Amino acid sequence: MKTLTVSVVTPDGPVLEDSFDMVSCKAENGELGILPGHIPMVAPLTISSVRLKLENDTKNLAVSGGFLEVRPDEVTILAQTAEKPADIDVERAQEAKQRAERRLQSKQDDIDFQRAELALNRAMNRLDIAR
Amino acid sequence: MKCLASLRDIQKRIDSTSKTKQITKAMEMVSASKMSKAEENAKSFVPYSEKIQEVVAHIANSNMDTAHPMLEQREVKKSGYFVITSDRGLAGAYNSGVLKKVYETIQKRHQSTDEYTIIVVGRVGYEFFQKRGMPVSKSILGMADQPNFNDIKELASETVQMFADEEIDELTMYYNHYKSAISQIVTAKQLLPLTDIEEMAGSSSTSQYEYEPDQEQILKVLLPQYAESLLYGALLDGKASEHAARMTAMRNATDNANDLIDDLTLSYNRARQAAITQEINEIIGGVAALE
Repeated sequence: MKTLTVSVVTPDGPVLEDSFDMVSCKAENGELGILPGHIPMVAPLTISSVRLKLENDTKNLAVSGGFLEVRPDEVTILAQTAEKPADIDVERAQEAKQRAERRLQSKQDDIDFQRAELALNRAMNRLDIAR
Repeated sequence: MKCLASLRDIQKRIDSTSKTKQITKAMEMVSASKMSKAEENAKSFVPYSEKIQEVVAHIANSNMDTAHPMLEQREVKKSGYFVITSDRGLAGAYNSGVLKKVYETIQKRHQSTDEYTIIVVGRVGYEFFQKRGMPVSKSILGMADQPNFNDIKELASETVQMFADEEIDELTMYYNHYKSAISQIVTAKQLLPLTDIEEMAGSSSTSQYEYEPDQEQILKVLLPQYAESLLYGALLDGKASEHAARMTAMRNATDNANDLIDDLTLSYNRARQAAITQEINEIIGGVAALE
């Protein structure tokens, strides 16, 4: 069966490069599933998990802020951070979550609010995937 | 002729110089290992920057009428200078080179402090601008020796945001480009607006992309990320240069200490010889007086 070469790159270096059957992820306007032979495409990703399927095995990655470049037999994910479940620092994510929640409760101006919201999203995403 | 007392003085200077030498030697070795790590970091960043550049160039080229504020040159009312320096000294001309260049450019281009603002990484630069009463709007002090993207992410996105909010109308970065372990070049590079994208056309691939949802939306996400990644790239480059510059400076210091020790040993031996000669003379003189 045909496979996709998936590479995940962050500013701190490549995270993963391997062959998979299917990539599913959450783009800005909805879920995307990519199979080999997909039309070339670029789409921004939300703070979410990227699921990589190979036969019966599924790998998860926590991705925050990035986008996806698809070619027929190749998928490149460019993200500001991308972590495998094993690499996620659960304690840190939990702290970040609490911090962000506290900030959201003490109503501040819009920019801080937005930032706290994003931080909360990132922390929740990490916790979800680490579980 | 130096007398006997100076023998001990010379010995003391030799001792203190060799202690300094030990320190500079150690610092040289520490910097050398940090440099190779920093070089590696800069290398692992390359795939990301190449890829993002490719996609940006591709989108910008495939549709030239896609307008985005970050691509457009506008009248410059206020300039931003992003300056990368180190937190500690003892790095030779590393900081002074960059700071001199920024200072000269600012003196030449601006009459008043309202016309520009400075964003600085590193204590040395921060203190330099503070002392001269130049406006520093943002800064990071105590940057790690091996920074990761998280360390600079906030500063980078705030800086890019300043441009988007039209607080500044152009942004230039100043840093030391790491060419090799012995050569670092002070570099000034215009970051925003992104005008050099068209020049990158040759590097982009020919395949046609679908854009989801559309090009404009993607540019909105992509361009800030691209600009941030360029800032991060400059920081990595600067860090590698810093360690290289410090290594070279420390090697020079060690060499100088060696020269100094050689000279001092020579005069120490000479003084000792003189002292012995004098003693013999005195004894002979004493014997002659007895006869």
